[in-house]
Amino acid sequence: MNAIIVSTLLGVIMMFCSWGIKSQQVQKNIALIGLFILIIANLAQSSGWYVVDYDTKGMLTYSIFGLYANTLLFALTFIYVWINGEEIAKINNTSADFYSLFFFILCGISVLTSFDNLLMLFLGIEILSIPLYILTGADKKNMFSNEAALKYFLMGSFSTGILLLGITFIYGATGSFHLTAPVVSISTGFAQEQILLSTGLILLFAAMNFKVSAAPFHFWTPDVYDGAPTVFTSFMATIAKAAGFIAFINVFNTQYKALGYSWTLLLTFVILSTLLVGNIIAVFQRSVKRMLAYSSIAQAGFMLFALYGKSEISNESILLYAVVYSIATIGIFAVLVKMKENSFEAFNGLGKAHPLLAFATTVFLFSLAGIPLTGGFFAKYYMLSALLKAGAGLWLVLVAVVFAAISIYYYFKIIQAMYFTAGVPAINPLPNQYKYQLLTLAILLLVLGVFPNLLLNYLYF
Amino acid sequence: MPIQYYIYFCLALFSIGVVGVLTRRNAIIVFMCIELMLNAVNLLLVAFSKMYNGLAVQNGVANTAGIDAQIFVFFIMVVAAAEVSIGLAIIVMMYRNTHSIDINFLNRLKN
Repeated sequence: MNAIIVSTLLGVIMMFCSWGIKSQQVQKNIALIGLFILIIANLAQSSGWYVVDYDTKGMLTYSIFGLYANTLLFALTFIYVWINGEEIAKINNTSADFYSLFFFILCGISVLTSFDNLLMLFLGIEILSIPLYILTGADKKNMFSNEAALKYFLMGSFSTGILLLGITFIYGATGSFHLTAPVVSISTGFAQEQILLSTGLILLFAAMNFKVSAAPFHFWTPDVYDGAPTVFTSFMATIAKAAGFIAFINVFNTQYKALGYSWTLLLTFVILSTLLVGNIIAVFQRSVKRMLAYSSIAQAGFMLFALYGKSEISNESILLYAVVYSIATIGIFAVLVKMKENSFEAFNGLGKAHPLLAFATTVFLFSLAGIPLTGGFFAKYYMLSALLKAGAGLWLVLVAVVFAAISIYYYFKIIQAMYFTAGVPAINPLPNQYKYQLLTLAILLLVLGVFPNLLLNYLYF
Repeated sequence: MPIQYYIYFCLALFSIGVVGVLTRRNAIIVFMCIELMLNAVNLLLVAFSKMYNGLAVQNGVANTAGIDAQIFVFFIMVVAAAEVSIGLAIIVMMYRNTHSIDINFLNRLKN
């Protein structure tokens, strides 16, 4: 509750900042202070202090998992703004507008981590998506940005229609929007409740897959990620996506039981096709930005493993995976933003010209690929052990490992360009401070790679 | 009338919307088809709501049953209006740059 109220208020305050305050630096600092206040407000709720203590009549429930997910996603947004503030300022001359959109997205995220009713799921997804459509089209004069925005908008509202049809069918079969409603409480006079419920759940599943860009509903992702301004792609691919996964887990850990055995079959199909499409197409990309878009599809396949079975470890693993993946992706996009072009050749000789930056980039890529000593290794390890605990076959784990090995190929293409190809990197001048910020991120990943429990212990307080 | 009639009618409306989104080339018409999908869902929700209300009244339970679906309809209408405002802004922005609202414009990013 705290997070929802405070983030909305901060969003409105940021909107007024855009005509009260002219300095971009001050706007960024206000956003950072706002994010800090938001984190504090959310932590306060975890220890029982409310801004408004209001009975939501079962619309929202607050679990430790949801609150902690909030805290982590807010902290990631803090890191994101701290690193990318200057780049956001370059897109438009009032970056406060964008910060206010970020706060509205965070409001959507805090609904998505705590909903207990399908109405709140719908509202949360819309509060999250509508600002994202605007951010995609933020670069108004750029044709690619326009195209990506229109495409994202049309596809997004189409999937909203499917989501709503699914919700309606579930309502038709059960007579309630609550996630934990008893299936078919009163006799409704028509015999197809079970068909209606299954169809509804499948439609809901398809729409949620669309939001987290899992194959076969991934087709919008590469175009949208490619066309959007790089700083905002970084936000979409990390924080917004992680929130989508937490919502996904919230719905399907309670609802899917109606589907029984066919659920596992459906989920396995989606996971395998996501891993296949993401990893194989990423190998053939010539643009780093597009390669990262496909890699984010592939990583979504890994995150879907958390849906396989509800256990303590699958909750732990999705949080660890989301955080580690987000840090690494924010880092690699922050490097990409400074490049003059998006090709692999732009990275040639970066190792000689900027050793510190190249080191940080290497750590990010290692983490995405899941090499030991970086956070990515433990994220993948936890995910696979959750999978085994949920009773999946060993073959699924082996397939996942094979795909992780394939991903090493396209991540290492960048490392090869940086260290083993001579050339002059096509990079814009960098302030020293920026390098140290990225180095901090890399150190964070290395620390999580050795002590993943630093992050997870807080789940049990 | 049995509830099946409503389900089939709303599914037909929804399918018209889906087919429109998939086949039409004009961004505004695609947009109208999406609205049609949302309104088909609204209609179905109201029908289900009345069905549950009727059942509850028959069984002598509280007569507020099914009211949450009608509230959901209002939420869908509000969110759809918010989406329209963003969508039209995006279409206008595209029209200013290209002087066309043809969806065929949307394939430059492919290569």
